[in-house]
Amino acid sequence: MSQTQSRSPVLEVRDLITQVATPTGAKTIIDTLSFQLNSQETLCIAGESGSGKSVTALSIMGLLPPSAHITQGEILLEGQNITGLPDREMQKIRGGDIAMIFQEPMTSLNPVMSIGSQLVEAISTHQNVYGRDAETIALKSLDAVRINESKKRMKQYPHELSGGMRQRVMIAMALSCNPKVLIADEPTTALDVTIQAQTLSLMNDLKRDFDTAIILITHDMGVVAEMADNVIVMNQGKIIESQPVKDLFLTPREPYTKDLLAAVPKLGSFKDISPVPKHINEASDPVSPLVEVRDLTVRFDIKGGLLQRPVSRVHAVEKLSFDLYPGETLALVGESGCGKSTIGKSLTNLIPWNGSIKVDGQELAGLSAKEMLPVRRKMQMVFQDPYAALDPRMTVGDLVGEPLIIHGLANGSELQDRVAKLFTQVGLGPEYMDRHPHEFSGGQRQRICIARALSLEPKVIIADESVSALDVSVQAQVLDLLKKIQDELDISFLFISHDMAVVEQVCHRVAVMLLGQIVECGPRDTVFNNPQHPYTKRLLDAVPIADPTIKRKDRKLPTGEVPSPIQKLDYTPIIPELHHIGNGHFVRDVQEYR
Amino acid sequence: MLSHVIRRLFEAMLILLGITIVTYMLLYLFPADPVRQIAGRSATPETVNNIRHQLGLDLPVYEQYWRYLTSLLQGDFGRSYIQKTEVAQLIWSRLPASLLLMVAAISVELFLGLTMGVISAVKRNSSVDNSLMVVSFVGVSAPQFVVGILLLYVFAVQLGWFPIGGYGDAKHLVLPALTLGLLGSGWYARMMRSSMLNVLEQDFIRTARAKGVSKFRVILRHAVPNALLPIIAMIGIDIGIFMSGIVVVESVFGWPGIGQLAWQAIQRVDIPIIMGVTLVAACSIVIGNFLADIIALFVDPRIKLK
Repeated sequence: MSQTQSRSPVLEVRDLITQVATPTGAKTIIDTLSFQLNSQETLCIAGESGSGKSVTALSIMGLLPPSAHITQGEILLEGQNITGLPDREMQKIRGGDIAMIFQEPMTSLNPVMSIGSQLVEAISTHQNVYGRDAETIALKSLDAVRINESKKRMKQYPHELSGGMRQRVMIAMALSCNPKVLIADEPTTALDVTIQAQTLSLMNDLKRDFDTAIILITHDMGVVAEMADNVIVMNQGKIIESQPVKDLFLTPREPYTKDLLAAVPKLGSFKDISPVPKHINEASDPVSPLVEVRDLTVRFDIKGGLLQRPVSRVHAVEKLSFDLYPGETLALVGESGCGKSTIGKSLTNLIPWNGSIKVDGQELAGLSAKEMLPVRRKMQMVFQDPYAALDPRMTVGDLVGEPLIIHGLANGSELQDRVAKLFTQVGLGPEYMDRHPHEFSGGQRQRICIARALSLEPKVIIADESVSALDVSVQAQVLDLLKKIQDELDISFLFISHDMAVVEQVCHRVAVMLLGQIVECGPRDTVFNNPQHPYTKRLLDAVPIADPTIKRKDRKLPTGEVPSPIQKLDYTPIIPELHHIGNGHFVRDVQEYR
Repeated sequence: MLSHVIRRLFEAMLILLGITIVTYMLLYLFPADPVRQIAGRSATPETVNNIRHQLGLDLPVYEQYWRYLTSLLQGDFGRSYIQKTEVAQLIWSRLPASLLLMVAAISVELFLGLTMGVISAVKRNSSVDNSLMVVSFVGVSAPQFVVGILLLYVFAVQLGWFPIGGYGDAKHLVLPALTLGLLGSGWYARMMRSSMLNVLEQDFIRTARAKGVSKFRVILRHAVPNALLPIIAMIGIDIGIFMSGIVVVESVFGWPGIGQLAWQAIQRVDIPIIMGVTLVAACSIVIGNFLADIIALFVDPRIKLK
């Protein structure tokens, strides 16, 4: 710190207050925020949703929505105050001196403009170069972010590129004008973990090459540890704590920071909890599996051409087998497109599938919707987005009670009692029953979803990315709730997730999926401590570690894209055997893995 | 691309066949008798029967239709009962006037409508937005014959800027094109406004702003092309509504197009002409939709033909 303090900061924010107009008067979103940013420094602004970190970025960019205003304070860019500059002046700064990239690479590029013309637009806006010359600079920026075949990419449109590539295009666009400051708002949150690792490492390299300072906004303390030089922790618009990254992780000063750090799931930190459900220890009394999946195959045709014939095929799940035991949590983990969510949908018969699924000994293949009803009672789902999963026009009490009515299990005062009990079970009082979903926070809504799933007293709950949309502290609470419910009710969980650290926290066994198949499966500790398949290793290597003393340089960086399950029609998948290597640990042959 | 065109052509043929059946049956069920119209009130029953036989109208309806269809497939639209000329020739001679009016009216409609829509969306909830939406509401609600007569009264009778009717130079075109276009422009203003509002909230608009692109360019280069995508499909559908408008407006302004021809034919139950004009109108709707598809293909790179 001492050597950087002698230089004047690139960006300085002094006592910034941003307010938004609401029907009940002005509401302060950013409350006297101050910080300094030096060149080649990465400042991470960390905090949970609603902490004001994105509004900070928009305030600096002058891109606040019309209802929000900076009411006090200064933003100094190289000593010059840029607050209150007319829009015409701010345009020169935006994209020129301060560039920004956003969370959603899938929607952040204009779908009807080619990559090239979007890059050229940024360049021509700020650098007074046009046509061929601007294209040359655009090509150079694409090369700088390591996009292969950059000439071809220039002519392509956003939908032809993967999410990771689009985010790299965004970075190329942001850096094409050599900005002094790059603001990155959750730049890797929407990306797969291996792509996230690549993108973060790229940003670190570019910071050096382009002599840029970075403000990185993130909720992920792992990303903070990996990227930051200095960290600001924000809550409710205020700076809670500001420290160099190592000090923050080693000696957090404020209780809020301590809680935040404690809630972060860390790989390898859950060894002390019994990794096996109680009955598996008792080898004398073998338990038969609750759910038996054998050779499950799900394929979707992609249609096209004159007669809408199939032109290619998505091999979502291929000849996949697993067992789920009573009281056990089995995690299915993998990157986007690996087929993990498809399995959840197959188990509840929501999509057509081939193979055999037995629940409690009953075969599901060929069951009619009516015959499926009692099976559904045994198997309930909890989805990712608690905001979309609850009908906004029903009270939450009705929502939780609805399954009981559908299955004809309760009505009248008995229904009320059972719903009240469910609310207590998930840590919400029965007094909340008459409210509507919009009155609850994300975490509370997910509790309501869990209560709804529990209402039928199921034996299995399929949790499809059920905590991914939640803040870490809330995430930890919901995970605790799931564990508590499992202890009380002996329910089995099929826990579908992309997040290795979360998976490690809850599961007894883990199955790592790649291209619709399991590549490795076994007890949690065995798989996490002694991964055998290169893909498992690759996934584990990519997870950002919430410990700033371990830097990415020391670890292997995953390369390449997430493989696609879309294949030509004549493709026959190779189904390699899983080999038992002892202790319930199964691994697929490694030779065929590229 | 080619297979797509072939598929669309095949669909178009089926649609046109369906239209001939429905129109023919409707005309058959129509309570007016074409023979009476030709023969006049004082004609003897023999004359009436003679004419009926000559025109083949004494045959069962499916046979009449079959005759019509087979000659149609050979390119023969039949002969007008009243004017005794070839229907194809009549339509052909009047088509240019109608097409001219249509192109002019669509230009008016799109120019006014889209501009109003964009301005409304950009100035959302301002007094400009509110007044434009009131104007568009009036445009959507006012019947065309009222708008037409109003425009005629003000600009032709009172001010004398434009001729009262007829066909000739550009001056003749202005009032009918405005009458036809105003209704649609209200429609497009509302469609474009909501489409723009939707696009302006997208992430890529924020990206463009963050690049330092000027507000004006963000609207014209980023928002408008994306907002136009749903509108393009609308234009194809809209041609059908246009066709009905053309009948009214051409009559009000004495514009010698197929709309006027149709109007006269309906009054005299001149079945071959009604059939011919209906088919031409149907064709133009099919072609309009097809063109809209093709345009969408060029504007939206995400639509791909295999």
